[in-house]
Amino acid sequence: MRGQEPRSTSSCAACRLLKRRCNPNCIFAPYFRSDEPKKFAKVHKVFGASNVSKILIEVPEEQREDTVNSLAYEAEARLRDPVYGCIGAIALLQRKMIQLQHDLALARSCLARYTATPSCIGSTDVPVIADPLGDFPAGCGGSIDSFSWNLSYELNQEAHMYDFSQIPYV
Amino acid sequence: MSSGRCAACRYLRRRCTEDCILSPYFPSNNPQRFVSVHRIYGASNVTKLLLQLPTHLRAEAADSLYFEAQCRLEDPVYGCVGLIFMLQQQIHAAESQLVKTQAEIAVMKSQGQNPEAQQAEQDFNNLLLQQSDNDAALSFPNQVSSGFI
Repeated sequence: MRGQEPRSTSSCAACRLLKRRCNPNCIFAPYFRSDEPKKFAKVHKVFGASNVSKILIEVPEEQREDTVNSLAYEAEARLRDPVYGCIGAIALLQRKMIQLQHDLALARSCLARYTATPSCIGSTDVPVIADPLGDFPAGCGGSIDSFSWNLSYELNQEAHMYDFSQIPYV
Repeated sequence: MSSGRCAACRYLRRRCTEDCILSPYFPSNNPQRFVSVHRIYGASNVTKLLLQLPTHLRAEAADSLYFEAQCRLEDPVYGCVGLIFMLQQQIHAAESQLVKTQAEIAVMKSQGQNPEAQQAEQDFNNLLLQQSDNDAALSFPNQVSSGFI
């Protein structure tokens, strides 16, 4: 028949969902394999295929896999928590960080009393961790404090929502 | 009247109706806010997401979308996940420091107490109790798997 071409059996998950032909230059194909349909479905639902494509085109090719994985993580977080998305996880970690800093200051104070030397108070050879957002891009680090955390649940109980083991950057 | 349009409708060049879902969260005096969110999520996705939420939660949702969009624009590779990673590293370092300090206290204690240290020990025992409660509630796995689902 005219124009009949064999159907591609190697469409990536993106092209399969978008119901289009997956050409050899498909930008999604290396990162959204056909055996992982849910991964692209989630990313597409939150960001949209077009926006994902634009983001991928902007980053160097060697960083695209990390980009896709971080987008997938964000999408997963947003679908699980449509109000706060990843911000919920960040708030949880910030709380834990603040608590740890407090505990550490208390422990150092306690240690200083044992040593009973004023110069030892708070001083160790390990650097004090200051602002947890200090090194992050200013545009992001500055604005998280503006959230009015009107959470109706204990954040500790929601910790299980965030699978931090899935972050492959450690 | 074009002067009454929200930032979203102004950007999208459409009429801003009275029931525009985006207008409460993307006011005309902050056009950049909508531009950022639109670039990452798209107006359609933002609208769908806000529509599925009760009204009293939409402002928080819009703020979190804006924050994440800003993170992604500043760091296209990792977005706000980079921040999560950084916080995890800092938490790990702080936990290590705390364990080290606790060990030093234990050594000092074993070498003999002084009267002032007894109060310090009581405070610290309370701290340990508190910490074990926190650890039970916030127990993130330390191991990292190889990839995402």
